[in-house]
Amino acid sequence: MEWRFEGGAPIYAQIVGTVKLAIASGELPPGERLPGVRELALEAGVNPNTMQRALTELEREGLVYSQRTAGRFVTDSAEAVEAARRELADGTVKTFLTAMRRLGFEREEILNLLEREENHDDSGM
Amino acid sequence: MTILECKSLTKSYGDVRALDGVDITIEPGRIVGLLGPNGSGKTTLIKLANGLLVPSGGEILINGLAPGVETKKIVSYLPERPCVPDWMTARALLGFYGDFYEDFDRSAAEDMLSRLGIDTGAKIRHLSKGNREKVQLIMVMARRALLYLLDEPIGGVDPAARDYILNTIISNYNPAASAVISTHLISDVERVLDDVIFLREGKAVLAAPVDELREQQGKSVDQIFREVFRC
Repeated sequence: MEWRFEGGAPIYAQIVGTVKLAIASGELPPGERLPGVRELALEAGVNPNTMQRALTELEREGLVYSQRTAGRFVTDSAEAVEAARRELADGTVKTFLTAMRRLGFEREEILNLLEREENHDDSGM
Repeated sequence: MTILECKSLTKSYGDVRALDGVDITIEPGRIVGLLGPNGSGKTTLIKLANGLLVPSGGEILINGLAPGVETKKIVSYLPERPCVPDWMTARALLGFYGDFYEDFDRSAAEDMLSRLGIDTGAKIRHLSKGNREKVQLIMVMARRALLYLLDEPIGGVDPAARDYILNTIISNYNPAASAVISTHLISDVERVLDDVIFLREGKAVLAAPVDELREQQGKSVDQIFREVFRC
């Protein structure tokens, strides 16, 4: 996972976002065991309490679960992973649309541009 | 139990009020940033907590006690400038710290020194400036103290050393202990802090958890600091 913190969003929320992306993209596969709080805090360079809060939030959202003795794991539920994937996709699309509208693009133009970019991608492979 | 409490704490140097009626409390398990521009009273507050200065008014309590022999047993202090005897070797310093402080974890200190590749047989004086500072930090963080008071630990060091220092603080974190880090380099430390206290001209003008500030104001602590202290 790549840890980058920016802007004014709470740090714990940014950690939740980073881990969620890793789970949704499959970088952290279902059932994978997560490192301990302190290890993760060191890796991300954040306060252990902040990391704990982020993990608690991920548990609350059903993306990770903890087993009393064995540690913390990525959810095994394909539905939960899919829901996270959708949620992140929605956010990305919203950000994209906001930026495009700010640049003055209308729906038709945006769709045309998307299609053209996709063709570019294909021919470039 | 509050680990550090200031009640109307005041310190004057002649006509100058370095601290002016400061009321703050620090709970166990928190890493607290003591933030403010130069001359705002950060070092004065830390020196008062160590009993190196005496309040002109109000009081400061460590674990419920006025600073003294009992509080020094539970407070580990990193002064603004390195103060270890530089004619000693790192190995002698380990023995020195072990004799002085019951809570000194010698094997943890040795481990940290060896990971940095520091030759414990060399005199502190012969180490590079960066390594001298790291040796001092290691001695301070290897104590199993209840309160760490770190005065400008990341001032004047390069970014890699800064990361090393912050990682050392995180990896020695203990939920029963608290750490106070004074600095004006906020963007570097804010992700390791639980709470921040802003000092301005000797007054505590803001005290809050970092993520609460970010949540309420939608800004980083660094941005908030720049606004509060705009020149």
